[in-house]
Amino acid sequence: MTRSLLSISELGVAGVGRILDLADHMAEVNRRPNPKVPALRGKTVCNLFFEDSTRTRLSFETAAKRLSADTMTFAVSQSSLNKGESLRDTIETIGAMGVDAFVIRHGSSGAPWQLGQWTTASVVNAGDGWHAHPTQALLDMYTVRVALNRREGFDGLRVAIVGDVKHSRVARSTSAAFRLLGADVTLVAPRTLLPPVHDEHSTSDLDDVLDDVDVVYLLRLQRERMSEALVPTLREYTNRFGLTPARAARLGKHVLVMHPGPMNRGVEIAVDPAELPGNVITQQVTNGISVRMAVLFDLLGSGSESSLAGGADG
Amino acid sequence: MAAEQQSRAKQVLGPDDVRRAITRIAHEITERNRGASGVALVGIQTGGVWVAEALAGEIERIDDAGAGVRVGSVDASLYRDDIGLRPVSPGAVSELTFTIDGATVVLVDDVLYTGRTVRAALDAVGDYGRPRLVQLAVLVDRGHRELPIRPDYVGKNLPTSSEEIVTVTSDGVVIS
Repeated sequence: MTRSLLSISELGVAGVGRILDLADHMAEVNRRPNPKVPALRGKTVCNLFFEDSTRTRLSFETAAKRLSADTMTFAVSQSSLNKGESLRDTIETIGAMGVDAFVIRHGSSGAPWQLGQWTTASVVNAGDGWHAHPTQALLDMYTVRVALNRREGFDGLRVAIVGDVKHSRVARSTSAAFRLLGADVTLVAPRTLLPPVHDEHSTSDLDDVLDDVDVVYLLRLQRERMSEALVPTLREYTNRFGLTPARAARLGKHVLVMHPGPMNRGVEIAVDPAELPGNVITQQVTNGISVRMAVLFDLLGSGSESSLAGGADG
Repeated sequence: MAAEQQSRAKQVLGPDDVRRAITRIAHEITERNRGASGVALVGIQTGGVWVAEALAGEIERIDDAGAGVRVGSVDASLYRDDIGLRPVSPGAVSELTFTIDGATVVLVDDVLYTGRTVRAALDAVGDYGRPRLVQLAVLVDRGHRELPIRPDYVGKNLPTSSEEIVTVTSDGVVIS
């Protein structure tokens, strides 16, 4: 049975809880002087990144190595895709070398599902188009859970996700995960960058929500995905939706400030995050390794109950 | 089914027996190691943790240096040899906050069976440092070893069939 991690909704609340519990074990491994365990010896993980990435690619690679899995990293720019080989043929070629999991980032929404049709290996969605980025959502949930010591869920937690919601797969996956765990999520963005459904869960007035939140989640303004003038000027965007010194001063000390990276300093975040009491942006990166270890171990390290008789204790 | 299992359940040790076994093992550990200094008790998650804590309590009571006995726990699930063969079910997270380099580590578990968990726990402990020596204490040895592993301290040798389930708590030992 092949299992994959494609979206938060397919994972479900039980799956999210399972991954977050496993991440505690991985975080303990990562705190050791020698942060490596033999759990996935003999497994091979292939990273397929069709879009630029620093932290997600390195995070998955580190996660696989700390579990003793072998890694292959596929650089699209140096591949036979440039000679006209189709994606399907490329996948089948790599698969023939023996791969247990593909980690894929692709500019087209749905690409990981398509990949799943072509391979018997597990597929992990590392970001597809505007659609989903489930491991980012999981590491965000883990970061909040650890920072606020909320193991039992996020009932009553007030979260504002601020910025370029429209283009953001992070906003989609992270808001879905927050809601799955019981938090109240408000999307804050210019009208041009909000989803078409306007309700009490979305607003264009950041100052209106800032006094009543526990988590401020800033999104990156994705200028590379904008083909039209959705934002008048960067300065106006910062004035209305950026975390400016004036807004930072209004935040309660308990309020967590999060950002998926990479940050546009001076745009969505116009203060030095290191000076914010609730800044957990660095922890998000660190936790990303633990959470991706948990995801890989959950997919590749588990089997069915019946395949091994007895031997559970002893 | 549940009722049938209930009727087959057999209590082989009571709470007093378990308490006395822990006291005896605590004495044996201090005797063998000439006191408790340098001894670190490491319970294997999850069943060995309460046993390690109970042993530490006894050692503290009976030995002058016992107050310094260190207690930790180790989760062996990332070191098992059956990863990928059965569902992932790690227990609680390892807690080894002291250095084990040069220490006398006593691994502690409730039940010794195939020896595979102990093998995994030995590997896990080795990732934290290099103990001077490692000993093994178990409350129940039920036989059926699949690896060359033997305990240094045993509460009770209990012949079982591999179909039976052995449950150990501070309230006693039950075979079902």
